[in-house]
Amino acid sequence: MKNKIAAAPYLVWMIVFILVPLLMVAYFAFTDKDGNFTLDYVSDVAQYTPIFVRSIWLALISTVICLLIAYPLAYILIGMNTNIQSTMLMIVMLPMWMNFLLRTYAWMTLLGNNGLINAVLGLVGLGPFKMLNTEGAVVLGMVYNYLPFMILPIYSVMVKIDKSVLEAAADLGCNSWKTMVKVVFPLSLPGVFSGITMVFVPAISTFIISRMLGGGGNLLIGDLIEMQFLGNSYNINLGAAISLVLMVIVLLIMTILNQFGADEDGVMVM
Amino acid sequence: MKKLSKVYLALVMMFLYVPIFVLIVFSFNTTKSRSVMSGFTFDWYIKLFKNEIIMSSLVNTIIIAILASIASTILGTAAAVGINNMKKLPRMVVLNITNFPIINPEIVTGVSLMLLFVFFAARMNFEFGFVTLLIAHITFDVPYVILNVMPKLQQMDPFVYEAAQDLGCNPLQAFFKVVLPEIMPGVVSGFLISFTFSLDDFIISYFTCGSSMQTLPVTIYSMTRRKVSPEINALSTIIFLVVVVILVIKNVLEIKSNAKEKGERR
Amino acid sequence: MSENIVTLNDIVVEFDGERILDKINLEIKDKEFVTLLGPSGCGKTTTLRIIGGFLNPDSGDVMFDGQRVNGLPPYKRNVNTVFQRYALFPHLNVYDNIAFGLRVKKIPEKEISKRVAEMLKLVNLVGFEKRSINRLSGGQQQRVAIARALVNHPKVLLLDEPLGALDLKLRKEMQIELKRIQEQLEITFIYVTHDQEEALTMSDTVVVMNGGKIQQIGSPVDIYNEPTNAFVADFIGESNILHGLMIKDRLVEIAGSQFECVDSGFGENTPVDIVIRPEDITLVAPDEAKLGGIVESVIFKGVHYEMLIEGYDFRWIVHSTKAAEKGASVGISFTPDDIHIMHRMKDNEKKEETAENEE
Repeated sequence: MKNKIAAAPYLVWMIVFILVPLLMVAYFAFTDKDGNFTLDYVSDVAQYTPIFVRSIWLALISTVICLLIAYPLAYILIGMNTNIQSTMLMIVMLPMWMNFLLRTYAWMTLLGNNGLINAVLGLVGLGPFKMLNTEGAVVLGMVYNYLPFMILPIYSVMVKIDKSVLEAAADLGCNSWKTMVKVVFPLSLPGVFSGITMVFVPAISTFIISRMLGGGGNLLIGDLIEMQFLGNSYNINLGAAISLVLMVIVLLIMTILNQFGADEDGVMVM
Repeated sequence: MKKLSKVYLALVMMFLYVPIFVLIVFSFNTTKSRSVMSGFTFDWYIKLFKNEIIMSSLVNTIIIAILASIASTILGTAAAVGINNMKKLPRMVVLNITNFPIINPEIVTGVSLMLLFVFFAARMNFEFGFVTLLIAHITFDVPYVILNVMPKLQQMDPFVYEAAQDLGCNPLQAFFKVVLPEIMPGVVSGFLISFTFSLDDFIISYFTCGSSMQTLPVTIYSMTRRKVSPEINALSTIIFLVVVVILVIKNVLEIKSNAKEKGERR
Repeated sequence: MSENIVTLNDIVVEFDGERILDKINLEIKDKEFVTLLGPSGCGKTTTLRIIGGFLNPDSGDVMFDGQRVNGLPPYKRNVNTVFQRYALFPHLNVYDNIAFGLRVKKIPEKEISKRVAEMLKLVNLVGFEKRSINRLSGGQQQRVAIARALVNHPKVLLLDEPLGALDLKLRKEMQIELKRIQEQLEITFIYVTHDQEEALTMSDTVVVMNGGKIQQIGSPVDIYNEPTNAFVADFIGESNILHGLMIKDRLVEIAGSQFECVDSGFGENTPVDIVIRPEDITLVAPDEAKLGGIVESVIFKGVHYEMLIEGYDFRWIVHSTKAAEKGASVGISFTPDDIHIMHRMKDNEKKEETAENEE
């Protein structure tokens, strides 16, 4: 077949709108406002180290919580009979189809000082607690929004595990717990790793969740970038430098995770 | 064990659905309170439909989503066919670059496109708006189309294409008569994914839409900045219902087609 | 010259510097059933793809009906193909699959339905018109593939291992049926297979290929009885292939003894390869023959027994309807007619074959 030409329009598109923009990020990161080469902005990023550390830390906690919630859930799902299974999966995934601004907004109203949770607690004489605008609220928002991204890849890998393999394990003397530890878990690892990337990457780069649930005191990398481009401290060179660093961090983490065998199939499951 | 897993499932479901149901319930509240139901009303829905900003951004969103998903489906399907015929090395390079918008944080993709537009807006004298938004949406949609079509092309018997040529089709005829029907499921799911992603996208739109053009998610964002606004609750309720209806229809159709397949095999 | 429907002149094909076809010369007559036979990787499918127009040779000429057709795309050639795994269109039913080529040519529907009906009758699939392709058995899919190609009235039908996916019994039936169809329609069939039995059963002419070269062209009988080299002899049926020395015309030395033979023209004291077919050997009492050995095993094969005889420095395969006793000492006897003498192959060529045969 000689249909390579069919890709030509896309190749042009890809170069102009994927490759060049990424090079632009690097270009702006290493130049000043007059277009002269400088390392100032990239070295300026260092002063935001606490924000980077906080972002990585919160994203990490959220990823771990998502994994802890999602793994047993996926395991329970594959134990159900096939008809119920697909319906249950749909129900679990359904909130993901709502715009995530709205999902985050829902928690904003729940957690507020005048929100429903404090009102309920007030009835039994507790509170009010300050829940909104805390790091805890940010983590909650991340877990709530990205949990489906952890469930789906783990589920899709688990569901493909050959049932006869589990029977073989039982035949060879494993009880259900041992089967889980020795057979199911190792086989489900690719799903776990792609789940981790699918939660961690959006969590580390979000600015909505921190803006809506974290108040002004819990800035994340995403907020920092947004402020340089569309906020009050307009400085696209610094913004590009921060973006570049974020991209490097994310690619680094992905590369490390890929070493553990997260296959790309997982990313594609939708 | 069984009981424990049921409890667990129920807890997760509660976690997932309680916030949404609270939103829905308070969309019918007569006051702006978020904790006390003071009475039942449809006022917020009426206000929502009279809100011109919301309605016009809804229209924008739908237009952009339709155009972007059609364009990226055509562009991406053609690209997949071409990439599939490439030699190993160029193919790997192209696929890796294609993966960038998928693995990169959305904010980086948004920012990178914004920088491109800023750079050229100054030199070529155009403004942020419909065109920049459409380009941005096509850019993040196409990779998903390619990723959905490629596996179908690889599963396809390559000789089917040759058979069509053997029977008198020129390459273009062979593509439309034989290859396209074969990869159609991938093309359709690529289109649907593009369409939903376009409808739903906030981050990339936020950086590329400028001030004159707003999509619904961008409007929602600016509404949430103003904190208390039960119109958002009303909007959430409607969106939730639409999603439920679509997913239920999709599921029913799937069950039906599965049943049909089983029947045919018999 | 006009008698040849397809002619290949010095065809060379290279992939990544590797020579897939090395100066192939082939003349195929009209209405002939020609089989390209050889192990996988020998270049037989590549040759077929060149005739079909799916591949262009790096050098050499492809002639069709006396006209050079190099570079002519498949859809402009009056040739149709039956693909290895059928390559039926899964989204179309039996009727639409067969009608495909005619519809592309914009032939009126009335004519199409007439010709499709003819074809369904030819391949015994009347009544299957509306059937989905996925609900056909392998043999039925095969028939659809043949009908889909033949309905276009090609001058030449190319068949690429068309029976490879079928089980043994069905394969035998289809062999007979294909031969019937070819004789009935009087068109040229060019058939690719690695199955020597299939080749011998159906063909008018067999082309044995190996390592991108044609080893021998001939009728099935010629190929079987007069293989030109050890490769052909070994590939066509089981053989005893020994090294020997051509003493002079009509006298050859095998395993230390001299035998009369019918071949000449190899020169004097020339090392040669010798083929003796297992069924040509008669087992006699040890003192009645120049060669002998101990019966190592006896296996019943249905029509005959297959016996391995451990000789002095060679293990003989012998086919006979009479079984010898295991462990018995026997003599190995054959007539001068049964000794086939071939030029010794170069060592490197031999290695190549064994590597390919193991695939």
